[in-house]
Amino acid sequence: MSSVDRSEYTEGMERIDSNILEKVLDEAAGFDAQSYTERDVRTALSNDALSIGDFAALLSPAADGMLEEVAVRAKDETRRRFGNAVGLFTPIYLSNHCDGGCVYCGFSRDSGIKRTALSPEDAERKMRAVASTGLTDVLLLTGESRSMSGVRYIGECVRAASEHFRSVGIEVYPLNVSEYAYLRECGADSVTVFQETYDPEAYAELHLSGQKKVFSYRFDAQERALQGGMRGVAFGALLGLGDAAKDAFSCGVHAHMIQRKYPHAEISFSVPRLRPFVNSPSYVNPVSERRLLQVAMAYRIFMPSAGITVSTRESPSFRDNVIGLCATRISAGVSVSVDGGDDGNDGQFDISDERSVAEVRRALEERGMQPVFNDYVRT
Amino acid sequence: MDMLDLGGRKFRSRFILGSGKFSLDMTRKVIESGGVEIATLAVRRANSGGEENILDHIPKGITLLPNTSGARNAEEAVRVALLARELGCGDMVKVEVVRDSKYLLPDNFETVRAVRLLSKEGFIVLPYMMPDLSAAREMEAAGAAAVMPLGAPIGSNKGLLTKDFIKILVDEIDVPVIVDAGIGRPSQACEAMEIGCAAVMANTAIATASDVPLMASAFKAAVEAGRQAYLAGLGRVRDCGEASSPLTGFLEDR
Repeated sequence: MSSVDRSEYTEGMERIDSNILEKVLDEAAGFDAQSYTERDVRTALSNDALSIGDFAALLSPAADGMLEEVAVRAKDETRRRFGNAVGLFTPIYLSNHCDGGCVYCGFSRDSGIKRTALSPEDAERKMRAVASTGLTDVLLLTGESRSMSGVRYIGECVRAASEHFRSVGIEVYPLNVSEYAYLRECGADSVTVFQETYDPEAYAELHLSGQKKVFSYRFDAQERALQGGMRGVAFGALLGLGDAAKDAFSCGVHAHMIQRKYPHAEISFSVPRLRPFVNSPSYVNPVSERRLLQVAMAYRIFMPSAGITVSTRESPSFRDNVIGLCATRISAGVSVSVDGGDDGNDGQFDISDERSVAEVRRALEERGMQPVFNDYVRT
Repeated sequence: MDMLDLGGRKFRSRFILGSGKFSLDMTRKVIESGGVEIATLAVRRANSGGEENILDHIPKGITLLPNTSGARNAEEAVRVALLARELGCGDMVKVEVVRDSKYLLPDNFETVRAVRLLSKEGFIVLPYMMPDLSAAREMEAAGAAAVMPLGAPIGSNKGLLTKDFIKILVDEIDVPVIVDAGIGRPSQACEAMEIGCAAVMANTAIATASDVPLMASAFKAAVEAGRQAYLAGLGRVRDCGEASSPLTGFLEDR
């Protein structure tokens, strides 16, 4: 089994007893996308419960040539598990202070954007505005800065959010078990952490500073969150940083292994990507819509009960179509900047779908889908 | 009159409709064409005072059967049930305790505990369960008004995979046995009724049909046919032919 170097852990980073990282890296080392044939893809599609090998076949070039057949199965799984229900939520950006030196990110330490953290009062004002659109599910986000957006600060915001919303997710820098337990107590229900890329070498080249440098501490975040009592955990590889098929494979296997170890955990995926653009930097391997769809459908068929979220990075038409096929939750009425202003220069990424909650809702209904505002009960 | 009796409440229809997988504005039509009197709803979907609240779409006169979806142990199930009562969903509750997010299979052990706690709270308790005789007996003893074994994993549309075990429950348990989950087509619902189940619940099979109300009406007919066949007494089906000369013909002092 791979041995993982945890010597980079800095003070305060908790180690938990887990070998899931080693297992995922081993599986990834054996992943060879070229080795799968059409026949392997057909076998995968005919199996009730897919093996890890079947999942790999769905990510291979062979499956790319059979996307229509894959879509039939993906759609069937989605219909049977979720019916025509689609969850609506919105992200709320609390702070863009960031110690991370992620070379691809708009929030990155050296990006020169205006730095802000909402005061708890401003955060609450923003929450009230979001709640007035009818949404009951929110995701609170901060950059990677323990000093400027500390755990207590996040906890206060979570407490406020749980007054206004039924379900509160957090997407913040990775924390220790006791910190997750504290945020759970404050009212957080789920935790999202994107590993970005599952290739440790590429990861090291892309994440130059801050605690985010430590690959393995980030990798174990979902497990620590579950040990801290969170109900749900979300996974994501930012496709386009490394080999997209391999990153998607690792991400799926990661989620699969967490599901096996924590059967009660509610698992979901996000499918962020770096899209093709003019003068792409050399570290980017742009990911097309076709590839993105292939990945999302592979997640769906491999883990049929997992939620799949599509962000406003994607166009309205892609989002509307991928819903019902494999995605189950979409954001609406999104602003990716902290102060919510329209000058638009301090957002984390560019939004492609600027529709309001009402517009997204109408688009869903026109397609025969059922917008769901609440699908959570605090127990 | 042949009525379904759940904790003293009587129903003519033996087709229980699940909800949540088709658009809310279709609910009334589906209920009508299915002749439905009981509709389940996930408390987690209730959005009182908010948008797309399922409670606003269920016609008056329909008995609500809230479920405790989302509960992972008995205590959580109790909290969800109490919330349902607060929301005005009445005092019938379908207990769902699931600690497996992959297949959504119920946890019988925690479910037995939940039945005990909820019966004490005065609920009419209908537990969703794996068809296991010991567990069903425990649930009955704990006050369950019916047991709701699964025919196959939820959403699978695979039908009565657990038929033989469900039949054992029908034979051995005094409260009604209601097949919940897995029923994929009307013929399977009919089959469940033929073997003596008291009612059938379906959701995915209906929600995934091209014509949802028409499928509800097909289920209604199938459930009624199966019930009539059960009441009429099915002729015995033999695996082998009758012996032409009697095997006991040698007895002399008949």
